[in-house]
Amino acid sequence: MYAYDELDRTLINERVEEFRDQVKRRLSGELTEDEFKILRLQNGVYLQLHAYMFRVAIPYGTLSSKQLRRLAHVARRYDRGYGHFTTRQNIQFNWIKLAELPDALSDLAEVGIHAMQTSGNNTRNVTSDQWAGVAPDEVEDPRIWSELLRQYTTLHPEFSFLPRKFKFAITASEHDRAAIKVHDIGLRLHKNAEGETGFEVLVGGGLGRTPFIAKTIKPFLAGRDLLSYVEAILRVYNQYGRRDNIYKARIKILVHELGIEKFAQEVEDEWLQMRDSALTLDDAVVEDIRSRFSYPVYEKLPQMPEELRKAAHDPHFEAWRKNSVAPHKAPGYAIVTLSLKPVGGPPGDATADQMDAIADLADKYSFGEIRVGHEQNLALPHVARRDLPALWRALDKIGVATPNVNLVSDIIACPGLDYCSLANARSIPIAQELTRRFANHDTANLIGRLHVNISGCINACGHHHVGHIGILGVEKNGEEFYQITIGGRADENAVVGTLIGPAVPYGEVADVVEDIVEAYLALRARPDELFVDTVKRLGVEPFRERVYATR
Amino acid sequence: MPLVKNGKILGDAFVHVADDAEIPGDGAILISSTRFLGDPETLSRRTGKTGVIWPNNRDVDDLVPYLDRLAVIGLVFPTFRDGRAYSQARLLRERYSYRGELRATGQVLRDQFVFMLRAGFDAFEVKKESDAEAFALTAKRYSVFYQPTGDGRITALHRRMQQRHSESAGQ
Repeated sequence: MYAYDELDRTLINERVEEFRDQVKRRLSGELTEDEFKILRLQNGVYLQLHAYMFRVAIPYGTLSSKQLRRLAHVARRYDRGYGHFTTRQNIQFNWIKLAELPDALSDLAEVGIHAMQTSGNNTRNVTSDQWAGVAPDEVEDPRIWSELLRQYTTLHPEFSFLPRKFKFAITASEHDRAAIKVHDIGLRLHKNAEGETGFEVLVGGGLGRTPFIAKTIKPFLAGRDLLSYVEAILRVYNQYGRRDNIYKARIKILVHELGIEKFAQEVEDEWLQMRDSALTLDDAVVEDIRSRFSYPVYEKLPQMPEELRKAAHDPHFEAWRKNSVAPHKAPGYAIVTLSLKPVGGPPGDATADQMDAIADLADKYSFGEIRVGHEQNLALPHVARRDLPALWRALDKIGVATPNVNLVSDIIACPGLDYCSLANARSIPIAQELTRRFANHDTANLIGRLHVNISGCINACGHHHVGHIGILGVEKNGEEFYQITIGGRADENAVVGTLIGPAVPYGEVADVVEDIVEAYLALRARPDELFVDTVKRLGVEPFRERVYATR
Repeated sequence: MPLVKNGKILGDAFVHVADDAEIPGDGAILISSTRFLGDPETLSRRTGKTGVIWPNNRDVDDLVPYLDRLAVIGLVFPTFRDGRAYSQARLLRERYSYRGELRATGQVLRDQFVFMLRAGFDAFEVKKESDAEAFALTAKRYSVFYQPTGDGRITALHRRMQQRHSESAGQ
């Protein structure tokens, strides 16, 4: 955990007071809605279909139990008793009253949480691997750099009015859990041939109307140059990114129009003029940030304790353990994923009571720490393996032990037409229906890893382009239709999925997904060939045939 | 439109001269970039002070040869959503060491003052009277800054390092 110091606390309190003044000026009519819109967006406040929506940042997906309890308090006190975890390590509250927002922000600021730049055309919440600091294959903890970037991007005087939103993601593992290739800037910590640690910098990834996979702009960048290089990219983008058309304003379009070589040259020219500046990160500065991250003191514990041996006789426990428990860098410990995808539930939602209970369990079993992943699940990052059976019983009791992590019912979905003013179609009921269709754990397990992503409109908040099965809601003659893509993925081998055929009506989506899954089960070469690999091997044709033969 | 300079509301000593109007021999004037680039040598050497309103879609590099002869550079915010002039301001101040007046024009509202000050602006054609009156208070709203810019405000990272040094020196 990163501990805020007096400076961090002062800044977020100053931001809360500024926002309080902005709300006051809006309520008194001194600010027009047009003026206020930009200001509220800079602080995570959207006007949705039914009410204001409030998006709070969870930088690089790390929360303390105290912070999670405070989110529960906000859900209870200012909203309707629940919150929705998003694909970018944020939490959204859907029923906030404008006049109460400054108080909600002030309550959050007390525990070091803010909503700065969770929307608007600026640098958004910096996201990272939810297993950062505990994954066994990690080069180093990417959160140190995430925090440096969080500070650097917060209220940046030059880049708070960019052509469009701008998102960073960082990973330090071989296996990319942060989807860095679909971000405006993706950073991959790795070691070069000389054994030095630095960043591969990728740029121009993004989904939305025109999906692009990010391209490498610099294969190796030393950590000391991270901020100056990022500033060079942002400066080129701020000056030359398109502002004439909102759909062409993301950096991915600039990179695409200039070509990556030309864009890289522009950045290089800019960077060479400023790389040796106050932005250079001396080792001492990095160490200072590193020193304010606290790490648990792990005990020496057995990898196969008696408690686990005993619990192995319970098939329900074993199903959960095999599905939701991942290896930890410390022997005797594990990373536990908490599924926020119960059968029939809206993906990513948690009630205030669940949040409180999870905070208590984090205190008891995970050194008071919780993680939030872009798959809209939570994780307890430091669980002693001997505690797994007890933890499982407690998680099961509060409904977050569905053993479906990474399986077909672990669906990523945007709020869709149930909440969102941009949506063309509903997402949540589609997800709910699919979780019912695939509720049988043995069937889901037989199918294996399969990511279903649902977006209710072309803005692609549900990342449908990179779902193994992607579902995109569109509107046709006033009715909800859905385009289906397959073969997408968001990891280190990121690729955009391929459309399998004409859009299908709302009522047929779940049937189509079942058809696709049945086709896969018949076509896969071996039981361990993943869905996405079968699609890669065979292309979409056999799936298209199966789906449209009878439609 | 009130002009705020050095934190105070002042009368504007500069007269905006339209592209088709005659340029006076002396007196302080503000002209467009098109007009200026038509004859920059003569215009930057007139007796009276000369300032240029520079659009946000033209590289400031073209202004560099004349910087020490310009009294004012006005940068433009066509709407406050358009932030290109922040980059131009920092380049003028930090890369090209421009020391004259750097004026924010266009849709200049209270909520941009701190960003503008940090980017190097020191004069503001403020859209609303109430915002101009609130300038001094608004400019003091923040006491902590995460980014180094040319305005000399010390960043949080460096304040922490100083604290560390003074703590270790005191031991």
